[in-house]
Amino acid sequence: MILASGAPEGAGLFIPPLFEVIASVLCLLPIAWIVAKKAVPIYLRTLDERTEKIEGGLRRAAEAEEQIAVERAQWAQEIADARAQSGKARDEARAEAQAIVAEARAQASQEAERLLATAKAQIAAEAKAAEEDLRGHIGTLATQLAGQIVGEALEDQALATRVIDRFLDDLEASTVPAGSAGSRR
Amino acid sequence: MRSLAMLLPLASSEEGGGMETPSLGELFPPPFAFDGSNFFEMNRLSLVRIVATVVIVLLMWAGIRATRLIPGRGGGTFEMLMEFVHKQIAVEILGKEAGRRYLPLLATIFFAVLGMSITGVVPFLNIASTSLVAMPLLLACISLVAFIIAGIKSHGAGGYVKSALFPAGAPKAIYVILTPIEFLSTFVLRPATLTIRLMANMIAGHFLLTAFFMMTNYLLISGTSAMKGMSVLPFAGALVFTCFEIFVAALQAYIFTLLTSVYISLAREAH
Repeated sequence: MILASGAPEGAGLFIPPLFEVIASVLCLLPIAWIVAKKAVPIYLRTLDERTEKIEGGLRRAAEAEEQIAVERAQWAQEIADARAQSGKARDEARAEAQAIVAEARAQASQEAERLLATAKAQIAAEAKAAEEDLRGHIGTLATQLAGQIVGEALEDQALATRVIDRFLDDLEASTVPAGSAGSRR
Repeated sequence: MRSLAMLLPLASSEEGGGMETPSLGELFPPPFAFDGSNFFEMNRLSLVRIVATVVIVLLMWAGIRATRLIPGRGGGTFEMLMEFVHKQIAVEILGKEAGRRYLPLLATIFFAVLGMSITGVVPFLNIASTSLVAMPLLLACISLVAFIIAGIKSHGAGGYVKSALFPAGAPKAIYVILTPIEFLSTFVLRPATLTIRLMANMIAGHFLLTAFFMMTNYLLISGTSAMKGMSVLPFAGALVFTCFEIFVAALQAYIFTLLTSVYISLAREAH
């Protein structure tokens, strides 16, 4: 049979002819070359790169998250600071306003007192001037009255002056305490 | 005639125009080139082997070209296969660091066995070049050399021979039997079983498929009209076993690679 012609007998099945071994080696060489020298290194490199990318990405994400947390804390701190500062400013302003009001009030009352005092002094001065004026008038009037009463008897100038002065002194002695008390009232 | 006909009395009982049965002769077709040359004789199987080699190299090339940081469809398939050898075999058995170092060797074995075996179900090729002893034996020898080198690297030449052939803890007299047994099991039976497991699986698969297809052919061509309809059955069987043979090819590639890494792992670890 032609089909069975080449078949080796028994253990011969397990002993390869030389040309088979050579052919197998020659075929295995390019396979080994492309798999071991090309395919595997490229596969491993891609795998490493991918792992690195993923790990790097995760690390970067974690870092970003951390930074966001830090910044958020900073913002919160800043907001709290600003709030505290504005509160303080408000308190200060309020205190200042109070001080200003108090000062204004004090100034106003001082001014009022001063005005009052000036007015009082003016009144007193005017009263005094009126009194002096009045006294002069009274002297003249009294003299005229006395002259008219006494008549022509009192022609002597010196006597008249003496009489008038004494009269005025008496008048003054009797009226000044009453007059000063009256002006105070 | 060394053929399954001897095992199939029903088929062989028919005289003359009986059903053709698969025979070992199919694995040893007559040479068509360089006949008689011990070095470059070519037959059908040599051609199948060359085709398989070219296809493996081209597919690897395409896979390398398609590999991107963000995987696409083509690169994804290539990476999936690579990742299977890397994660499921190399790292699983040898650990992360050594698994990476031995990946070139293991991937070469895996893709060579897979590519050379899968031709058994490819139409017009229809035979696996691993069903001849040369390729399995060559790969088994590579495995043997690899685990011996791994052992010597880990323990030194003397240390490895000692750990492999003189396991510690046995009484001295026992070594008289133990050492030859260890030698046989480690350095002879390991490559022998690797070779025979792969080769026998491929031969059996080939015979199974051939038997189904020949039966289909016989029933369809030579059968009576009622028998012609029956040819559907062996054809369905052939389809089922074609799928099964694809699985077997992948399984054999996996087993061969897995055992190689187990042997390397055993050689690296001291007894």
